Amino acid sequence: MAMIRNKPRHRLIAFTLIIPFVAIFALVFAYPVIEVVRMSFTDAPLIGGGNWVGLDNYKRLFSDNLFYTSMKNNGYFVLLTVLPTTIIALVISLAVNRLSGRMQALALVMFFTPYVLPVSVVTQIWAWMLDFQFGILQPVIEAVTGKPVPVFKNPYWVMPSVAVVTIWWTNGFNVLLFIAGLRNIPEDLYEAARLDGATRRQLFFKVTWPLLWPVTALVLTLQLILQLKIFDQIYLLSDGGPFNSSYVLLLMVYREAFQLNHGGYAAAISLVLFLLIVVISVLQFQLLRMGGRDK
Amino acid sequence: MLRKRIENLSLTCFTLVAGLIWIFPLYWALVTSLRSENRVVSDGAGFWPDEFNLSSYADALFNTSLMDWYINSIGTSLIITAVVLVTGMMCAYALSQMQFPGRRLLYGIVLASFMVPAQALVVPQFILMNELDLINRWGGIILPQLVVPVVIIVYKQFFDAVPKEMKEAVVLDGGGDYTLLFKVFLPLNWGITTALGIITFIMSWNAFLWPFLVITSEDMMTIPVGITQVNDAFGVAYARIMSVALLAAAPVVIAYLIFQKRVTEAVMISSGVKG
Repeated sequence: MAMIRNKPRHRLIAFTLIIPFVAIFALVFAYPVIEVVRMSFTDAPLIGGGNWVGLDNYKRLFSDNLFYTSMKNNGYFVLLTVLPTTIIALVISLAVNRLSGRMQALALVMFFTPYVLPVSVVTQIWAWMLDFQFGILQPVIEAVTGKPVPVFKNPYWVMPSVAVVTIWWTNGFNVLLFIAGLRNIPEDLYEAARLDGATRRQLFFKVTWPLLWPVTALVLTLQLILQLKIFDQIYLLSDGGPFNSSYVLLLMVYREAFQLNHGGYAAAISLVLFLLIVVISVLQFQLLRMGGRDK
Repeated sequence: MLRKRIENLSLTCFTLVAGLIWIFPLYWALVTSLRSENRVVSDGAGFWPDEFNLSSYADALFNTSLMDWYINSIGTSLIITAVVLVTGMMCAYALSQMQFPGRRLLYGIVLASFMVPAQALVVPQFILMNELDLINRWGGIILPQLVVPVVIIVYKQFFDAVPKEMKEAVVLDGGGDYTLLFKVFLPLNWGITTALGIITFIMSWNAFLWPFLVITSEDMMTIPVGITQVNDAFGVAYARIMSVALLAAAPVVIAYLIFQKRVTEAVMISSGVKG
């Protein structure tokens, strides 16, 4: 072999290549992970020391009504967004995928552009469209309910409205994933099925759907994780209100740490959110994989 | 045949109309931003653009700190993108092509960190930035955004696929690993580098929660955080708010329109649907 290597030198080069990333990772990621765990057992304020208090933060958390309200709202928001956005994205991608050339590019631009907008731009546009007095969507709401509704100040409307805004904003991402999945399905499978006299319906349920399932599972998992971490839109549109009806876990972390100066308690909430996301995403991923195997 | 054509045509129309409805909020923001404040809230104002009034844009540009926010956003996003790409490709090259103790452990950690929600780390990260005296500074905005594991995962996947023969030729000529990375692996993967670069840039440009926490003085804010201040300053003045919002969105929207194909590709590749 021509590649006789000087082993220590080879290793040294490898280390110089990984060191920049590893150093940054250790400082701003690994260390904070350890810190968030440690802090959750202390009564530390945001800035400054704090004493070891054992499980006090967790005891307090599990008897805190706001925690249960937040959990409930997080769950409600997941229900309002994850499945609807997946279905909408699937329908859009099937329609867009049938277009060709320029038309497809144009349609894709229309459905994807909202995804590249900063969240505060999205919330400002929707706050204007849904403005109680002058919002262009108020006549639509009036047609349904008989009177205009200040949606972000109404406990029943607030979460569904934030969900609509969120779906509008992030749906393009899911559309792209579905389109990639559709493109990966070999055309000859459709031709073979057509030769066997399959109807369009059968083509979808016997070819497209089962072959698209891995992408569907991916979209569902990514969405679930993303929507559990809801903060920006809520903070900007309703700030947790009215009457805590849109209070969510990350908002609780923010309030406790940055407004009430309860660093330790906020760390405990963060950790619970973190574990919740890991457990749910692993569970969902397993379930969806099993669902795929049965088909 | 004719029936099929009509069917296809109507489907095309239907999809495009749905697209127009989907994009309507942006259209409406544009129409609003070009009206005078009085016109915006007057009863007779319809759906169609009927004014071309740039005064609220002028207001947005000259009476807010928008220019400062642009500079902060462009500066921090460019630095984040550059550092993420360079550190990511170096690390991915070592993981993909070299042998060293701890290689598998490192890759395992990279994969696992994918699952950790960055939002759960804001409290200790804030404390850390405070200790480093980086609150209200670019460094504070930048540092925690430099860990993007997916960049390493994607690069590694592409480096793994580079044929061995290409590597051997360079090694026979006496080239080392740095030569290999920058003269062979990188040029072979320019496409993926641009794709990852654009998507990293858009993500850091749009980041909200972290810059919002680490910046409190108005002249250090990034675009997405800064424009929320305009609300408070203007009260209800929707033409101005929409002008600011559109100016804030313009750079990423233009970047997306120019690099459409790359952005599409980047989204697909980085979520593992297309390799």
